[in-house]
Amino acid sequence: MNQTDERARRAVEAVWRIEAPRLIAGLARIVGDLALAEDLAQDALVAALEQWPGEGVPRNPGAWLMTIGKRRAVDLIRRDQTYARKLELIGADLDADEPEPDAIEDDLLRLVFTACHPVLAPQARVALTLRLLGGLSTADIGRAYLVPEPTIAQRIVRAKRLLAQKQVPFEVPAGAQLAERLASVLEVVYLIFNEGYSATAGDDWMRPALCEEALRLARVLSGLMPAEPEVHGLTALLEIQASRVAARTGAKGGVVLLADQDRGRWNQLLIRRGFSALAKADAVAKARRQAPGPYALQAAIAASHARALSAAETDWATIAGLYDALIKLQPTPVVALNRAVAVAMARGPAAGLALVDELAADHALKDYHLLPAVRADLLTRLGRYDEARDELERAAPLAQNGAERALLLERAAALPK
Amino acid sequence: MRYMSLIKIDPAGVPEGGPSEELMTEMGKLIEEMTKAGVLLDTAGLAPLEESTRVQLSGGKLTVIDGPFTEAKEFVGGYALTQCRSKEEAIEWGKRFLAIHGDQWEIALEIREVQEAA
Repeated sequence: MNQTDERARRAVEAVWRIEAPRLIAGLARIVGDLALAEDLAQDALVAALEQWPGEGVPRNPGAWLMTIGKRRAVDLIRRDQTYARKLELIGADLDADEPEPDAIEDDLLRLVFTACHPVLAPQARVALTLRLLGGLSTADIGRAYLVPEPTIAQRIVRAKRLLAQKQVPFEVPAGAQLAERLASVLEVVYLIFNEGYSATAGDDWMRPALCEEALRLARVLSGLMPAEPEVHGLTALLEIQASRVAARTGAKGGVVLLADQDRGRWNQLLIRRGFSALAKADAVAKARRQAPGPYALQAAIAASHARALSAAETDWATIAGLYDALIKLQPTPVVALNRAVAVAMARGPAAGLALVDELAADHALKDYHLLPAVRADLLTRLGRYDEARDELERAAPLAQNGAERALLLERAAALPK
Repeated sequence: MRYMSLIKIDPAGVPEGGPSEELMTEMGKLIEEMTKAGVLLDTAGLAPLEESTRVQLSGGKLTVIDGPFTEAKEFVGGYALTQCRSKEEAIEWGKRFLAIHGDQWEIALEIREVQEAA
C-alpha cells in the first residue's frame, strides 16, 4: 500500500474510533442485539474503508455510517427470517431520523452498562469495553495486555454469547440497581487504568496507552452521568495519577516511588483537571447529602500529594485522616496497608508498624509483596536494619514485574550492615 | 498522545463583524462534544493581534514591540490541546472545527504533537 493509501486508511480508522461507540450503541438499541449491532457496524466500517479514500470523508461521518448500518439491517431482514422475527419483536425504527444528542447519550449509557455487566468476568468486561467503547482492535487490546490476539477475540466472542444467553437487556439499570451496576462500570475503568499504571506482568513498568484509554473513558462517563459523584471521583483520581506518569519511570526504565519523584515533571494541567473533577464530585455528593465515596476519597488523597511541592511538605495528617475514612468504606488489606504507611508518616514509624503487624496476621496478604516492603521501610526507620533486609529479600520474589523486583533488591543491598 | 492545534487566521480572511453568533454556538457545541469525548484538555482564544506584544532577540539585542502588526499575513487566533490516540484523530477533530466556520473564513490549523518530558 503506498503512502497516500496508508494515510487515507489511517484517516478512516481515526474517524471510526471516534464514531464507533455511538454507532454500535445506536444499532444495538434498534436491533436489540449487541453482537448483531457490532457486525452491522463492522460492515459499515468496511464500506467506509472502500469508499472514503476515493470520495473523501463525508461531512457527517456518524450519520453516513449509521445509514449503512441500518441498510445492512434491512438486507438481513430480507435474507434471514430469524433476524426478521427479532426485528419485528423490537419494532425497529429503521426509518427514524437522526437522533437527538440526548438520545445518543442514552444509547451510549446502555452500551456502557451492558459491556460492564457483572454477569461477565472482569477480564471479559475489560475486553468488551475497550473494544466497543474504546474502539480498539483485538490486536491493540492483545498488545496492551501482552495476550495473543486470538485469546482476546475469543474472550469477546464468549462475552457476547454469554450476554445473549443470559438475555441481558440492552438498557440502563433503574433506581436501586443503578448504584451497584455503576460500581461494576467504574471498576472496569479502574482496572484498565491500573493495568497501564503498574503493569502486573512482564518487565515493562507501564503501558501509558492504557492509562490514556481509561482516563478518556472516565471523562466520557463524567459527561454521560454528571449527577453521579463517584464518576467524578474516579475521573479526578485518574487525572491526578496520570499526571505522574512521566515522573514514575527512572532514566534506566526503573521504578521511581512517589517520595522520590521529580515533582517538576508532574503534569500540572492534569492535576488542575483532577482538582476540578474532585470539586464536582464533592459538590454533587453534597447536593445529594451523601458522604464522599471511595473514589472521591482516593482522589482527595492523590490531591493532597499533588498539593505538596516536595515530599517533605506532604500533609500526612490529612492523608491519614482520609485513609481513616476510606478504610470504613473499603476495609481491604491493601487500603489498611496504605493507611499504615500514612499513619507512620503522620504519627511515627512505631504507630505504623503496629498497624502493619496487625495486617501480617491476615492470610490473604501472605503473597503480597508490598506488605514486607512496607514493613522493611518502617523497620529501617526504626534502625532495625537486619530485620529490614530480611523483609526485602522476602518481598523480592513476590513482586510481579521485573522493575519492582529490582528495586526491592537494590534497597536490601543499600541497607547498612 | 497530546497534540497542540494552533489556529492560524488570515486577517484578510475574517468576515465582517468577526465570528457570527451562529459560529459561536456551533463552536460551543463542538467544544462540548470534544470535552464529553474525553479528548479536549484545554482551549482558548487569544486577544486580538492589535493587543499583541513581540519580544525579539536579534544580534544579541532584545527589543519589545507593541502591536498592531499591520503587515502580518497570518496570526495565531487561539489554540486547542487535545489527547488523541493518533495524529489522524487530532486532524479529524481539527477538520470538524474548521468546517463549522463556513465559506467566508480563511483559516488553518497547525497540528503538532506535544513532546512529552523525556
